[in-house]
Amino acid sequence: MSQKELLKINNLKQYFPIKGGFLGRTVDHVKAVDDVSFEIYEGETLSLVGESGCGKSTTGRAILRLDDPTDGTIEFDGEDLLSLNKSQMRKRRKDLQVIFQDPYASLNPRQTVGKILTEAMEIQKAVPKDKQRERAIELLETVGLNAEQIDRYPHEFSGGQRQRIGIARALAVNPKLIICDEAVSALDVSVQAQVLNLLKKLQKQFNLTFLFIAHDLGVVRHISDRIIVMYLGNVVEVADKKTLFENPQHPYTKSLLSAIPTPDPENKKERIVLQGDVPSPISPPSGCRFHTRCPFATEVCKTKVPELRNLDHMNEGHRAACHHIEKIKSGEMQPSYDQHAKV
Amino acid sequence: MSAEPARESNNKPEKVDSPMKRSMKEFYYKLSKNKSALVGGYLIIILIIIAIVGPFLTTFDPVEPDYGAKLEGPSAEHWFGTDNHGRDIFTRIIHGLSITMTIGFFSTLLGGVTGVLVGIVSGYYGGKVDAVIMRLMDILLAFPGILLALALVSILGANTQNVILAVAISAIPTFARIVRGSTLATKNLEYIDAMKALGASDARIIFKHILPNISSPIIVQASLYIATAVLSASGLSFLGMGAQPPSPELGAILSDGRDYMWDAGHIALFPGLVIMLIVLAFNVLGDGMRDALDPKMNK
Repeated sequence: MSQKELLKINNLKQYFPIKGGFLGRTVDHVKAVDDVSFEIYEGETLSLVGESGCGKSTTGRAILRLDDPTDGTIEFDGEDLLSLNKSQMRKRRKDLQVIFQDPYASLNPRQTVGKILTEAMEIQKAVPKDKQRERAIELLETVGLNAEQIDRYPHEFSGGQRQRIGIARALAVNPKLIICDEAVSALDVSVQAQVLNLLKKLQKQFNLTFLFIAHDLGVVRHISDRIIVMYLGNVVEVADKKTLFENPQHPYTKSLLSAIPTPDPENKKERIVLQGDVPSPISPPSGCRFHTRCPFATEVCKTKVPELRNLDHMNEGHRAACHHIEKIKSGEMQPSYDQHAKV
Repeated sequence: MSAEPARESNNKPEKVDSPMKRSMKEFYYKLSKNKSALVGGYLIIILIIIAIVGPFLTTFDPVEPDYGAKLEGPSAEHWFGTDNHGRDIFTRIIHGLSITMTIGFFSTLLGGVTGVLVGIVSGYYGGKVDAVIMRLMDILLAFPGILLALALVSILGANTQNVILAVAISAIPTFARIVRGSTLATKNLEYIDAMKALGASDARIIFKHILPNISSPIIVQASLYIATAVLSASGLSFLGMGAQPPSPELGAILSDGRDYMWDAGHIALFPGLVIMLIVLAFNVLGDGMRDALDPKMNK
């Protein structure tokens, strides 16, 4: 990878305290994100995938400092965001923007579209006051809305249009990185495709970098360059899109990928069904966090935390956190339970 | 107001109402379906007009005694009769109406604004600030409103300004609680996070994004609280802790009439009826507004 690193996250931890008792003491922590490291290269789309509660959105919020992380560093363009004070961070926010999941909750119902966009510019002083309206119209056209719609209110738009307004607001301050937190999950499929294509177009046009948080693997496959798979606050596998879909190494990734439906009813695909539920992030399992559900788990998995490794048979940049990659690959290890559901 | 430029720049014939205007129309429609609330609303408008214009139109003096016409019953000359000093009760009530309503409005305004600020800060910042503020509010709430006002007035001294202050202070916790609750619900919405991600200051988020979105419960509470404030103010005057004689505050007139209940019941009767009318009007309007502003009542 010769590209420039735009964002580098080291050992990010986000523990949310659980208050209890009469005096509201901290009795325990929800370890939403526990020791996560990754980097985003300029101009790429990196996806964070995983099931609900695995810490993908928490990671995104931590990068934006909407919640302050417990530990770790977040380097943006070589500068640690966590070391900035409030007013320095306020200026920095110009470069990092976010698009939210729910287009109905992400726009203030009492502001017109024009006001929403010009306020963003005003806060960051991105555009001089007399040019703001002009720029707002330009932005609306960029995201595929009409200039006449500038004085309308959010309730007059459909979900897809509202999401476009959200995108326009993020673009209003000319950011470098946009975090898309489940940006298309609330939209129906045809609108999803439109919004995804819009995002791709904008990425080329403005040289944007995306951190795409999603649970829909179809969407992820469409938009990503690289993918990070998370499970219970940890990264279990990192790879570029093609490698991950064709040659997954971690048992969790394999099971996740097998859940993608195929459009061909004749094609009897192997469906890997995991046993049990996701353990509580309050007291996550020791060692490899996946060992309670992993069909290949052994004693070592219960005690030793696996590191992200790149092995000979894997592509460059492909890393997975499992103790038994080689043995599973060679067929030396067999699953301990029948993981193929009879569908 | 804000819909005006919308129509200018919009070439399409359809009108685009601002959510404020749209919700005002919808609000009036729903309020008008509740007949008693509408009557309450009109009654309040009439009472306000009387309170403002009335004192200029009365022919008698509200405080100057006329011992030639003591304790007269209602007649063509003295519509509501006269009191023990021969003062025209009708004139006194008209003048008293403006005093009582002023106390009601200003104490609600003062207490409401303070309570809203306290509640919004408490809800928005949370944590220790919230804990301290809400415990203070709990302490204030532990006293019955009238008792608290009575205690405050007896410390500060009995006059109209202090009554306003005392009633306002007992209004703070009620507003603070309601606003805190609504703030908690609103501050976790994504558009607030979006504003934070843009680097908006806390003041901007609070005043431009949270406050406009929690205004309905505040309006309802204000309307209901004016009724309570009027009652507290008259109650204090009745007990001699509010407006001082010869000021024609409604509670004070009522108190004057108490000594002559058996001989000249009209002295106490008319101010009592007017107090009841004010309280009833605000309560009915407040209830009607609560229903009209409740999104769950949408059909």
